[in-house]
Amino acid sequence: MTRNADMEQVAGDFYAENFAKDASEGSLILNLGPQHPSTHGVLRVLVELDGEYVLRAEPVIGYLHRMHEKMAEVKTAAQYIPNMGRVDYGHAIAWNWAFVGAVERLAGIEVPPRAEYVRVITCELNRIASHLLWWGAYLLDLGAFTPIMYAFDDREKILDILQSPTGARLTFSYFRIGGVARDLDEDCVKAIREFIPWMRSRLPMYKEFVSDNIILRRRIEGVGVFEPDLCRRYGATGPVSRGSGLAYDVRRDEPYSVYPKLDFVVPTSDLMDARGRYDVRMEEMAQSLNIIESCLDQMPEGDTLVKGAPKPSWKVPKGETYFAVEGGRGKIGVHLVSDGGKNMYRVKLRSPSYSNLSLFAEASRGTLLADAVAILGSLDLIIPEIDR
Amino acid sequence: MNAIKQAFRTVSDLWSLMVGLRVTGKYFVEPQRTVRYPWKAVSTVGTFKGHLELVGGTKDPFKPRCISCGMCAISCPSGCITVVKRKPPKPTPEEEKAVAEAKTRGEKVKDQTPKDPEKFLYDFSLCSLCGTCMENCPTGSLRFSHNVYVAGYSRNDFQYDLVLQLREAEAQAKPARREARPAAESEA
Ligand code: SF4
Ligand code: SF4
Repeated sequence: MTRNADMEQVAGDFYAENFAKDASEGSLILNLGPQHPSTHGVLRVLVELDGEYVLRAEPVIGYLHRMHEKMAEVKTAAQYIPNMGRVDYGHAIAWNWAFVGAVERLAGIEVPPRAEYVRVITCELNRIASHLLWWGAYLLDLGAFTPIMYAFDDREKILDILQSPTGARLTFSYFRIGGVARDLDEDCVKAIREFIPWMRSRLPMYKEFVSDNIILRRRIEGVGVFEPDLCRRYGATGPVSRGSGLAYDVRRDEPYSVYPKLDFVVPTSDLMDARGRYDVRMEEMAQSLNIIESCLDQMPEGDTLVKGAPKPSWKVPKGETYFAVEGGRGKIGVHLVSDGGKNMYRVKLRSPSYSNLSLFAEASRGTLLADAVAILGSLDLIIPEIDR
Repeated sequence: MNAIKQAFRTVSDLWSLMVGLRVTGKYFVEPQRTVRYPWKAVSTVGTFKGHLELVGGTKDPFKPRCISCGMCAISCPSGCITVVKRKPPKPTPEEEKAVAEAKTRGEKVKDQTPKDPEKFLYDFSLCSLCGTCMENCPTGSLRFSHNVYVAGYSRNDFQYDLVLQLREAEAQAKPARREARPAAESEA
């Protein structure tokens, strides 16, 4: 796979050969990952190096393609929900939401008020868990081992809470068309109430422990500057674009559910570098806690599933719609087309990681190899979501 | 001037490392957060979804409530359920005669076949634990077990017959047959 430009023959597959065609004199072509097919995310990046500097980089994707979009064409709407838990293992509940939201919008199904609040609470808890996962894994990528232990300590608490209504810890299929599968019981609400001050007390510790640490700061400050224009051109959303000063958040700009009633700030950063994206995510965790708290205060009693909720044999009415939610990585969109038949006609999934990754080729040009890794990590990629 | 600034920066940089170490030190002396798992049980398995199991009736807790309607099998997204209905028992000559007589009178013959399934085949290796089957069962005959400790050597180890499992549970519950269990288990 590795080759020197002077060598006659290229060892490697189609992608490597194709990539090597444009290699400049004396450069080295290196293949980053995947190490093993069963690792959690098999992203492959081909890089052309001049010494330690990246001349070109090209992500090769598709190793985790599971035909989620095609599967929608052979399933009824209610049967498709478990797939949504498996697109993005980091923030599965947001994907649940994007899909059921699209179906509800097309069929005009009203969701009971309590279910809306339960949805927001679980989705925001999952967002914190997703950011914690990123935080730990990113620092691991940068060579710091201990932080992931602290992150997972808190993440486990969230997963324990989410386990009680959903029964799962990672691949939630919790939402139903017209509500959620189960209400939050009293113990669960109590556990969430206890979790909020706990997590609030942990955030300053994270700041002391890692965010202010000079090693991290030297590693990520000024690295991977994404101009707002770059983000716009590639359709980057979520913390990646907010870290470049674009205050775009689906929860605020295309409001859905009860978000307009909730008071929260959309954090942005003008630093535009990996540090900016880091700060945005850390601040988002604090904001999510505020959202959860006000939801618990406002949450009415009542049903969590609409009466006569669609059964598996239910047919989506004829039509076409688009619904987007704000996931941990950015805008998750579902474009649903139905011809009124038993199965859906077409479901297009817009995954934020895909757009966020696509700017990497341009952004990594001319950086140090170690910085390229820092940039890649700061994008918070979930590979199954890229391939779908 | 610059040298002083530089020196101050260096000190504050080093200080950030000390602050970090203080955090580590604080947690180092705190009680352990992790559970030494195989030796100590984790406390949260109670809400975790394990494989499906059949719910017994109110009268006989080991006879499934299931009426073999097949709703679960149709609604499952992954097709992991096969419900095998009972065949009608071979009628005795008297019964046959009675049925024939009833037919000549134009009466409807009531099907005497027990409704509970002969076999309830469930492929756990395909199941995504979504709960669709459970929510659509008209009799509430399915639920998730809390058995999270399933392991096997091959895919075939996850092909369950839930009726059989219920019977095994019955056998286990009856103290008279308890001696026979360990032998059977070690065989398996
Ligand atoms: S378990 Fe329920 S849905 Fe499935 S066959 Fe039995 S009664 Fe019908
Ligand atoms: S839980 Fe879901 S995947 Fe598993 S048997 Fe039931 S319907 Fe099928």
